Formats: sequence, structure tokens, C-alpha cells
Amino acid sequence: MHNEFTVVEGDFANAGKASSEIKKTLKQLNIDNQKIKKIVVAVYEAEVNAIAHAYGGTIYVDLDEEKICVLIKDKGPGIPDIARAMEKGFSTASAKVREMGFGAGMGLPNIKNNVDELDIQTEVGVGTEIKMIVNFNS
Amino acid sequence: MKITDIVKVLDAQVVVGREDMDYSINHGFASDLMSDVLTLEEEHLILITGLCNNQTIRTAEMANISVILFVRNKQVSQDMIELALENDIIIISCKYSMFKTVGVLYENGLEPVY
Repeated sequence: MHNEFTVVEGDFANAGKASSEIKKTLKQLNIDNQKIKKIVVAVYEAEVNAIAHAYGGTIYVDLDEEKICVLIKDKGPGIPDIARAMEKGFSTASAKVREMGFGAGMGLPNIKNNVDELDIQTEVGVGTEIKMIVNFNS
Repeated sequence: MKITDIVKVLDAQVVVGREDMDYSINHGFASDLMSDVLTLEEEHLILITGLCNNQTIRTAEMANISVILFVRNKQVSQDMIELALENDIIIISCKYSMFKTVGVLYENGLEPVY
């Protein structure tokens, strides 16, 4: 099963819409609730990141019986120092993002904690691709 | 604690979920930082917060949180109400500060997550 969602820069009113759709699909497929939570928390954090930092982007979801793979691609500013971005508490978020209840430097660590595989490809001035996989049977 | 008891001790209003007054919860977590809420393994708790926007409801949706309590008379928008209805989330609003709200609920037996 393949699905795509467009995320619009600065569109905080709709942040979480893609994650919500993914949650509904996984529930219909009777995936374990704990697995669903892990996936949607990770995707939601990434969705907020794309809206907050990366001028929006596209979320590609591929789903089969064994796993879900979510790829979030953006044409944003890129992440200059991934190691720092993965540190709890490091953030470059704007005041607007903080008003939304995010921007405390927990997003990427949260994503990492909830997925089985995480791969981040980023280039400054070009964009970022975050690929996350959660196995249903692990 | 039942929703009906929470409403009573906080002199609160139920904004969404008036038909769920007998719904009962054991644990509470208070935060304005949604990323922090998203780290919780505990589910079906009451989230006590002063952060009142769509992201509060979305966070509850993703984290399987069934009740949100807004402190300091925060105004809940129509968008938020619709999102809460769609996701079976109960919304309560009270006039007390976060400090007092948490104190009263703790005193009445609501347990902390950590």
C-alpha cells in the first residue's frame, strides 16, 4: 500500500493531518496499538519539523504485512550538524514553533526512540530526507 | 477519578464529552511542551496544560490521551472541538492556575505518571 501527503510550510493548523490519516489506516488494518503509537508519534514529530523548519515537503508511506516505511522529503535548509540535532535539548526553532508546544530539541531524539530504523540524509541548502521504518513483528 | 469528580473539585466545565461524565482515569501529566507529552508510554491519562491550540489535540490523538484539561480559562476553538470529537477526546476547562489544578487533583487521588 502506498500513500503520499503534502506538508505545507508554516501550516500549523494542519500539522498532524498526515499522521492522523496514517493512524486511521493502521487501525483499520488491526496493527498493534503500541506499534501504531510509535509510528504516529515519530511521523507527527517529523511532520511538525517539516512545517516548522523545512518549507514543507512530502511524506511517502509504504506499508506491507511486515513493516511500515515512512519517508519525509523536504527542500528545506538542511541540517548542518546532525550529531547536534540529535542531542536532546538542541534546537533552532522559532518563537512560533515554541508557541505550538514544540521547539525544545526533543523531536529527532523522540523519532529515534520510536522507530526500528532511522536514516537521515541532509545537505545544507538542498534539503533533508528522513526515512523511518517500524517492523510490526519485532 | 471520574470526570464528574474532576469537574466538581475544580469547578470546571466540560467542553467536549458531556456524555462521558462517568469515564474514569487514574493518572495525570501536566506540561505545555508537546514533545514531552509524546515521550509518555502511559496512555488514557489526563493531560493538564495551558497550551491551547490544535497541536494540543493532535498530540493527545497521537499519544492516545483521552482527556485534556485546559487551565486558566483558555478558549477552545471550533477547530479544536471538531478534532476532539473526531478522536473521542474529552476536553475540560477550568479557571484555576496550573499549580492549583495539579495540587487539587493530586490531593484527590490522581496519580502521577512518574
